[in-house]
Amino acid sequence: MTETDATFEASLDELGVSVTRTAASEVGAALDEAVREPAVGVAPEDEFTETSLPFTEAGVELDPTPAALDEARTGVSTADLGVADYGSLVLTQTDRGSELVTLFVEHHVVLVHEADIAPDMDTAVETLEATLNRTRGSVILATGPSATADMGALVRGAHGPESVHVIVIEEGT
Amino acid sequence: MASADELRELMRTEGAAVAQNTQGFNEGRYRSVADLSDYEELKSEARAIKEDAIERLPDLLDQLTDAVEENGGTVYIADDAADANDYIREVVADRDADRLVKSKSMTSEEIEVNDALEADGVDVVETDLGEWVLQVADEAPSHIVAPAIHKSRESIAELFNEVFDPDQPLETAEELTRFARGKLGEQIVDAEVGLTGANFVTADTGTMALVTSEGNARKTVAATDTHIAVAGVEKVIPTVGDLHPFVELIGRSGTGQDITSYVSLLTPPVDTPVVDFEDDETPLSEHDTDRDFHLVLIDNGRLAMREDEHLKETLYCIRCSACSNSCANFQSVGGHAFGGETYSGGIATGWEAGIEGLDVAAEFNDLCTGCSRCVNACPVGIDIPWINTVVRDRVNREDDRPAEWLVDGLTPDEEDKGAPLQKRFFGNFETVAKLGSATAPLSNWLADAGPSRWAMARFLDIDPRRELPTFERETFVDWAERRDSTVDDPDRRAVVYPDLYTNHVQVERGKATVKALEALGVDVTVPSVASSGRAPLSQGMVATAEDHAERVTEALAPHVADGRDVVVIEPSDHAMFQREYEKLLDEATFTELAENSYEVFEYVYGLVENGTDTDALPTVEDGRLAYHSHCQQRTLGLEAHTVAVLELCGYDVTTSDVECCGMAGSFGYKSDYYELSMDVGDRLRDQLEADGVEDRQVVASGTSCLEQIDALLERQPRHPIELLAE
Ligand code: SF4
Repeated sequence: MTETDATFEASLDELGVSVTRTAASEVGAALDEAVREPAVGVAPEDEFTETSLPFTEAGVELDPTPAALDEARTGVSTADLGVADYGSLVLTQTDRGSELVTLFVEHHVVLVHEADIAPDMDTAVETLEATLNRTRGSVILATGPSATADMGALVRGAHGPESVHVIVIEEGT
Repeated sequence: MASADELRELMRTEGAAVAQNTQGFNEGRYRSVADLSDYEELKSEARAIKEDAIERLPDLLDQLTDAVEENGGTVYIADDAADANDYIREVVADRDADRLVKSKSMTSEEIEVNDALEADGVDVVETDLGEWVLQVADEAPSHIVAPAIHKSRESIAELFNEVFDPDQPLETAEELTRFARGKLGEQIVDAEVGLTGANFVTADTGTMALVTSEGNARKTVAATDTHIAVAGVEKVIPTVGDLHPFVELIGRSGTGQDITSYVSLLTPPVDTPVVDFEDDETPLSEHDTDRDFHLVLIDNGRLAMREDEHLKETLYCIRCSACSNSCANFQSVGGHAFGGETYSGGIATGWEAGIEGLDVAAEFNDLCTGCSRCVNACPVGIDIPWINTVVRDRVNREDDRPAEWLVDGLTPDEEDKGAPLQKRFFGNFETVAKLGSATAPLSNWLADAGPSRWAMARFLDIDPRRELPTFERETFVDWAERRDSTVDDPDRRAVVYPDLYTNHVQVERGKATVKALEALGVDVTVPSVASSGRAPLSQGMVATAEDHAERVTEALAPHVADGRDVVVIEPSDHAMFQREYEKLLDEATFTELAENSYEVFEYVYGLVENGTDTDALPTVEDGRLAYHSHCQQRTLGLEAHTVAVLELCGYDVTTSDVECCGMAGSFGYKSDYYELSMDVGDRLRDQLEADGVEDRQVVASGTSCLEQIDALLERQPRHPIELLAE
C-alpha cells in the first residue's frame, strides 16, 4: 500500500467509513459483501464498463426506475477521485442519475481506483479545476456520511446516507 | 440596544444552549486548525483571493454572467431586496409552482424572500434541519452557520411533540432527526422549485460551491426542475482553483470540522434527471434533464461598501462564524442580542451597517469590546474590531446629543463631542485619572460616597455593584522621577511606558517593573507620556484616539532614537502600539514604535534569550500559579513569554483558556452590561476554582482582568511582574 493509500484509509476510518481493497476481478464479491439489499447503482462509464457485470452479480440493479430507487437501501456509484488527507470522494453528476443514487439511499457504496486517489486537497482541486473547465460539469466532494448537529447532538444520516463504504480497486490486478 | 433586562432574559432562556454550542465549535476550531501545517499560508491565500476579487468585482461579474449564460442559465443582478424578490416571484410564478424548497442561505434571509413568496401563496419549506426548526417555531436564527444554536434538544422535542403530535413522543436527537428527515423528504420530492444560497461562485466556469453537511442542498437541487441560487455579489471569486484554501478553511474555522460532509461544486443547470419518484417504468437514464437555472446576485448596499474604505473588508467575509464562536460576549448571549436584522457576531456590524444602515448596527455594536480574539480566528484576516470601532465612531457622530456638564469639564478634546456622555467619560478616562490622583485620597472617598455614586449611576450608567479604581496620590511617573537608577553599567536601556492604570492606580506593578528590569541590568527611565488612546478608541472616539497616538509617539520617539527600548506593562496598550496605531498613524511612525516596543514579559524573555544572566531572577521552590493572560496579549501571541519566564523562576504554571475575562476595559462597568460581563467572568471563575487550580496564586497581566478576577474570587490576583521584584 502506498503512503497516499494509507492516509486515505486512515482518514476514512476517522470518519467512520469502512473500506475494502480488492482486485478488479474481485469487485463483484466485494460489492456483494458491502451492499444491503435492495441495492441500485449507476452503470459505470468508460473504464469501469467491464465491471458492470460484477454489479449485476452482486444483485445491484443498474439504471433503476425512480420507484426502485425509492425502495432501495443501498446506492452504488463510482468516484472519479479520492482525497487522501480528508477521506473525501469526488462524485461526478451524470445524466444517468448518479446524484440521485448516491443521495436518496441510506447506505452508499463507492468504488474508486487506487490510481485516482490524490494525496491532498490542493492536488484534488487542481484536477477539478481542469475537469470543470473542460466539462462544465458538477461534482460533490463528499466526506463521510450525511450528518447534522441541529437536533442537539451529532446524528448521522440527516438527509443523505447514514453510512458509506469505500471499495478501493487495486492497480495491476 | 438590548437593555440589561433583555440581556438577562436571553442569558436565562438561551444562554446555556448558546454557550455550550459556541464553545464546542470554538474548541473544535482550535483542534482542527492545529492539524493544518500550512494554516497561516492558507489564510493569507484566502485573504489575497478575496482582496483581488473585490478589487476586480465588476469585471468578474461580467465574466461570470457570460459563463452562466453559456452553461444555459440566467443571471440577474438585483439592486436591492425588493428587486431580487420581484425577480424570484416571477420565476416561481412562471413555473406555476406550489412549493419551493430551500436550503440554508443567509442572503435569502437578508432579502426575506420567504415572506414575499408566501404572500403569493407559495408554500416555502426550509430543508436545513436547524432552519426548519425555526420555521416551525417561528423564530429568527441566532447564529449564521447553526441557526438554531439557541435551542436545546429538549426544547426542540417539546416543539415537535406539540406541533406535530406524533404517535410516539419524540425525545432523542436521533428520533428528532429521523422525524424531520421523513417530513421534509416528502416535501422535497414534491416541490417544483429549489432555492439555494452559494458560498462561492467562480467566474471562470459559473460553478458555485455549497458547503453543507446534511445533504438537503443537494436534494433541493436534484429533486426540482427549477433552480434559483441567491448570493451576494461579493461571493464571486475568479477561478475553481481559487476554491482550494476556502475548502480547507471554512469548516474548520466555523464549527471545527476539518471539512463538512458535502462541498457541492455545481455548474448549473445540473445534469441530474428530473424524476417522479413514483415512476416505476422509466429507468433514470431515460428521464430528461431539463432544468432552469437562475443566479440572482444581490447588491443591496454591497457595491457601496466596496467604495467605503473601512467597510470594504466586510466583503471578504466568508460567513464561517469563527468571529461569533470565539467571542466571549456572543458565547453568553448569542445572535438574538449580538446581531442585527440578518447577521450576527462581530462582523455583523459591518454587514448590517452596509446593508441596513447605521441605526441597525448601533443596536448591538456595543457588544464588541474590541478584545480582538476573533482577529486570528478569521480565515480571511478581517480586522473585525476595527470595523466595530469605525461604526461606533460613525454612530456617535450621528447622535448629536447636547454636551452635558458632568463630563464636559473632563473632556478637553473637541473632536468627539458627538459621543454619548458615558462613552465620553470612559473615553477620556485619562483626565479623570489625573484629577483622581491629584486629589487622592479625597477623590476616592468622594467617588464612593453616596451622591457621587448616585450621579455616576444616573448620568454615566456605571453599575453600582462595581468597585471603582482607587487612585494613588503619588503617580508612577512621580515615583520614578524621585529615584536614581541603580544600574551603573547598563546592558540595555529602556523606557517603561507609564500607562494610565499603572501611573494612577496600579502603581505597584510599575515599581516592580523598574526593579525587575534594573536587576537584569537595564537602565530604566519613566517619562511622562500621554495615555495610549485605548480608552477613547474603545468608545468609538477615533479622532481622540488618533490625537493620543500622535502625542504618545512624539514623546517616545526621542527615546527610541536614543536607543531605548519601550517596555509596556498593560497589554491593551501594547496592543495599541502593535495593532491599532497602524490605523491611526503614518506607516513610518507606526513601525518605529511597533518594532521597538515590547510587552514586559516579552522583554524579560528576550533579555534572557539574549544571554542576560538569569541569576538576577528570583527563584522559588514549589510556587504554584494560575495565570490568566490578556485577550489582546494572546492575539499578539505573547502569552507564552510570561509562562516561560515564570517557569524559569521555578513556578508551576497553569493557564486559563477562556477567550476574555468579561471586563474588557470599561465594558463591565456599564450598568447595561454588568451582568453579561459577570456571566462571561463566570467561565473564568470556574477555571480558576477548578480542582488543582483553586489553591494556586492567581496572576493576570491586564488591568481589567485583575479587577474582574478580584470581583470574581476570594483570592486577590497580582500582576506577574510583582513576583519578579520580590
Ligand atoms: S468575519 Fe471572518 S471570522 Fe467572521 S464570519 Fe466572516 S470570515 Fe468568518
